[in-house]
Amino acid sequence: MTSTLIDLETRHVNKHYGDFTAVNNVSLKIEKGSFFSILGPSGCGKTTLLRMIAGFDEPDSGDILIQGDSMLGVPPNKRPANMVFQHLALFPMMSVAENVAYGLKQRKVQAAEITKRVNNALESVDLGDSGNKRISQLSGGQKQRIAIARCLVLEPKLLLLDEPLGALDLKLREHMKVELKQMQSRVGTTFIYITHDQSEALVMSNNIAVMNKGSFEQVGSPSDLYYHPETAFTAGFVGDANQWQASVSHIENGVCTAKVSDGLTLTGHINPNDALQTGDLVDVFVRPEAIKIIADHTSQNDQQSNQVDCIVIDLLFNGANSTALLKETISNKELHVALPQTGEYSGLQKGQTITIAWNPEQTHCFKVVS
Amino acid sequence: MKAQSRLFFYLLLTPFFLWLLLLVILPHIDMLGIALREQTAPRQYAFSFSNFSEFFKEPLYWRTFLRTAIMSIVATALTLLIAFPVSYYIAKMLRGRSKSLLFLLCLIPFWVSELVRTYGWMILLRETGVISNALQWLGLVSGPVELLYNDAAIMVGLVYTSMLFMVVPLVTVLESLSDDIIEASYDLGGNMWTTMKNIVIPHAMPGIVSGCIIVFMMTLGNYLTPNLLGGKDSLWFTEQIYTQFITRFNWELGSAFGILLLLLSSLIVWLGLKLTKQTLTSTMAS
Amino acid sequence: MKNFKLKKLLLSSLVGAALFSSALSAEELRLLTWGGYAPDDVIELFKKETGIDVKVTKSNNEDMISKLRATGGSGFDLVQPSQDRVTGAQENYDIYKPMDLSKIKAESFIASMLEATKTNTTLNGDVYSVPHIWGTSGLVVNTAAAKDVKDYTDLCSADLSGKVSYRLKRPTLIGFAFAMGEDPFAAYSDVEKYTELMSKVEAKLVECKPVVKTYWTGGDALLNLLRSGEVTASMAWDTGGWKLNKENKDITFVAPTSGALGWIDTFTLPRKTKNEEAAYKWINFVMQPEIAAQITASAGNFTASEGADAFADDVLKAQFQASFPKEALDNVKWYPPVPAGLEAIEGKVLDRVKAAK
Repeated sequence: MTSTLIDLETRHVNKHYGDFTAVNNVSLKIEKGSFFSILGPSGCGKTTLLRMIAGFDEPDSGDILIQGDSMLGVPPNKRPANMVFQHLALFPMMSVAENVAYGLKQRKVQAAEITKRVNNALESVDLGDSGNKRISQLSGGQKQRIAIARCLVLEPKLLLLDEPLGALDLKLREHMKVELKQMQSRVGTTFIYITHDQSEALVMSNNIAVMNKGSFEQVGSPSDLYYHPETAFTAGFVGDANQWQASVSHIENGVCTAKVSDGLTLTGHINPNDALQTGDLVDVFVRPEAIKIIADHTSQNDQQSNQVDCIVIDLLFNGANSTALLKETISNKELHVALPQTGEYSGLQKGQTITIAWNPEQTHCFKVVS
Repeated sequence: MKAQSRLFFYLLLTPFFLWLLLLVILPHIDMLGIALREQTAPRQYAFSFSNFSEFFKEPLYWRTFLRTAIMSIVATALTLLIAFPVSYYIAKMLRGRSKSLLFLLCLIPFWVSELVRTYGWMILLRETGVISNALQWLGLVSGPVELLYNDAAIMVGLVYTSMLFMVVPLVTVLESLSDDIIEASYDLGGNMWTTMKNIVIPHAMPGIVSGCIIVFMMTLGNYLTPNLLGGKDSLWFTEQIYTQFITRFNWELGSAFGILLLLLSSLIVWLGLKLTKQTLTSTMAS
Repeated sequence: MKNFKLKKLLLSSLVGAALFSSALSAEELRLLTWGGYAPDDVIELFKKETGIDVKVTKSNNEDMISKLRATGGSGFDLVQPSQDRVTGAQENYDIYKPMDLSKIKAESFIASMLEATKTNTTLNGDVYSVPHIWGTSGLVVNTAAAKDVKDYTDLCSADLSGKVSYRLKRPTLIGFAFAMGEDPFAAYSDVEKYTELMSKVEAKLVECKPVVKTYWTGGDALLNLLRSGEVTASMAWDTGGWKLNKENKDITFVAPTSGALGWIDTFTLPRKTKNEEAAYKWINFVMQPEIAAQITASAGNFTASEGADAFADDVLKAQFQASFPKEALDNVKWYPPVPAGLEAIEGKVLDRVKAAK
């Protein structure tokens, strides 16, 4: 029953540049037909990993297999993987059609066959009539599509994408996210997408690997990562979060109580991987949308056992993503709180003192590794 | 305000136009005038095409002319062939300090004058020179070998003198080619040769053409190198011009030769641009 | 302290400026001549005596004529072409100015030489030159390696293959013509005869070409070739041979059996000379015997100065006597004036020799 095909597997891959460890013991398996993202800040090693998969770099140790075949020593032009480059790397000296035909020509496909497949590829990205254009005549989004079509026409087993949306303006980027996701599910090719933009990863991927300092922090579905982060890094990097550091004073049933400072104690879920003891330092995370504003700070709510008083510093209107910037009165920490645009909070004023509360269920505590 | 800025613009351009007029256009008109006359008696001159007909009647002159053109083309091609891998290595393979070091190495020969450089080659190539002695010491030859005074020595000297003028435009143009594009070619199945042919060379074409134009012009107009390194059979057209002007006192024929050389170089550059589908402006911009 | 320094600086720059401007205003003689003809110590002495600065530009016959032709005879105050190259150039290009012989101290010259030069440089009744330095060209031979080379045509011997060098210039044509038993000077005035003679020489030079290592162009390059032994027999000036003789006893100047070619370099005024007076002063100054001997030491050739022999270097005198026994000296062929237009005939011959395979 578990006959799912694995398109890409890496086994304990390491890569060092001098003293610097770029990729540290990374193992992963990617199922056929999935949209897999590697998410991490710049310098985390994700580009190095992708370049090793493409064949531009060789790992120092470990193995990379595409559909079960080891790729060690196989040059990039012999690997069944194609790459969409960060700056697309379209060939400016060729027309659009010549760009798409390039890979087929290298494979010595018959001329008539090339014409047919190039036309199909251009049709499939809605650029059927642009074959004779120069690259410089295309818009940003069209270039994007040509870069992808140029790879897909070769029917690769893997399509590697190196932050290809980075250079686009915001509106086009939002549009391309959806388009890429739809294109992937239509063609069924395995996409491996690297990005530092969590929203790109969350929107498009079936699975995401969060990468930090050369290692994978957590691999999982977008909602897994969002709701059940396993490390403090994931909790902080994926989605927005408010964060405190606190000292554990009480542990019970997977829930801990921790003291931020005098008069401010927070309760939250302990990460199951952490062996936590009383007195340990923890990072406490809570998402802006998990916090509820109790406009009248005298009323009590037993469900929301974490409760603090804040002063409204600013109201950041951004449609559905509007937030309030608050200062918590005891530790002076700045907090973001989601403001659902339901009219409920329209009376909120700068300088007003309010009480906010949230549930320990949505509070995550991670042991601080010193 | 607008009139003032226009005046300023013309003032800025004046030195250039003066230079063009006084040092480029007028001397050439004067040269053409001299080329189109003939001495009839002491201090007497008359209009005539005889200098040009003399060029075509005397096989020595047009053979030298052709020989110079062909050798210049060969020297340009050789320079390109050697300079291209060097430039590619400098522009694409090296980083940081070693890059500037290698670039500097290409520049060092130009810290001394052409004469000194040419004498350097003479010291290496002559019968009692460094290479001849080294070959004897290694036992590869039994007696002294003369490597100087032949066309190969001229070629070596010309290519050596021209290297930098080919390397500079090539490095510039190759540096402007993003590594991504080369990698993309490999990624799509290209190998070294197809990548060179389809990606690198088309991209570098403006640099290749501008380098070739400079080197060709320099080689065609070179006087010292063919003269000093060439043997008893070495014939170079600039030498012929020099001889007409200086030793034969025949300014008329010398001017005619000068005009012909100018036409030849313009023609070959024009042909080169046509063949490579480049324009002079795109080439000079690179 | 600082102030003092500043004052010193100002003062020294003022002095410097004054010196510089005085240098500019000083009288100057612009001399276009051959290397070694105006040595620094002589210029120094001249300046001490007359206050005139001499600015020297080194050159050769063709270059002198070309320079003066380009400027119409200006840019220099005194030039030193060979006597055979004065009248032809004057007739064609009008670049010289007749000499005022009354300004010249005739008694400082060897009389016969002065007369010969005057005759040779007279055009339309005007005398253009007086003699300065004379010498010959012939063979410079490494006698140990090429002892059989006695005449120009011996340079064609197959035994010397790859060891011979000469110039592709008119002296080579003239020398070969004499060695082939012809008299080119006698044919100077007859264009047809001269052309025919030159084509014979051309055939000979083409025939000899395989023996030649290289046609030399610069004197220093030839001396190096002889020094290193790469060339053992050559055609060159007498001074070159004597210079090498001091380093290597085997190498010396040999007067060819058909006669060494004698030349006399002159003093001639360019048409637009700006300082004629200084030019005459210089001529009279350097023709004094002691000064002339100093110039001989520097140039390596003897001058037309009467009595300078007494002051000349003994080594040079010995070398001269070894190269020129009495009959060789009598046999020297002195260049007569070159008629205008001969260069064109010779030029084509030289071109064809160079192009021949």
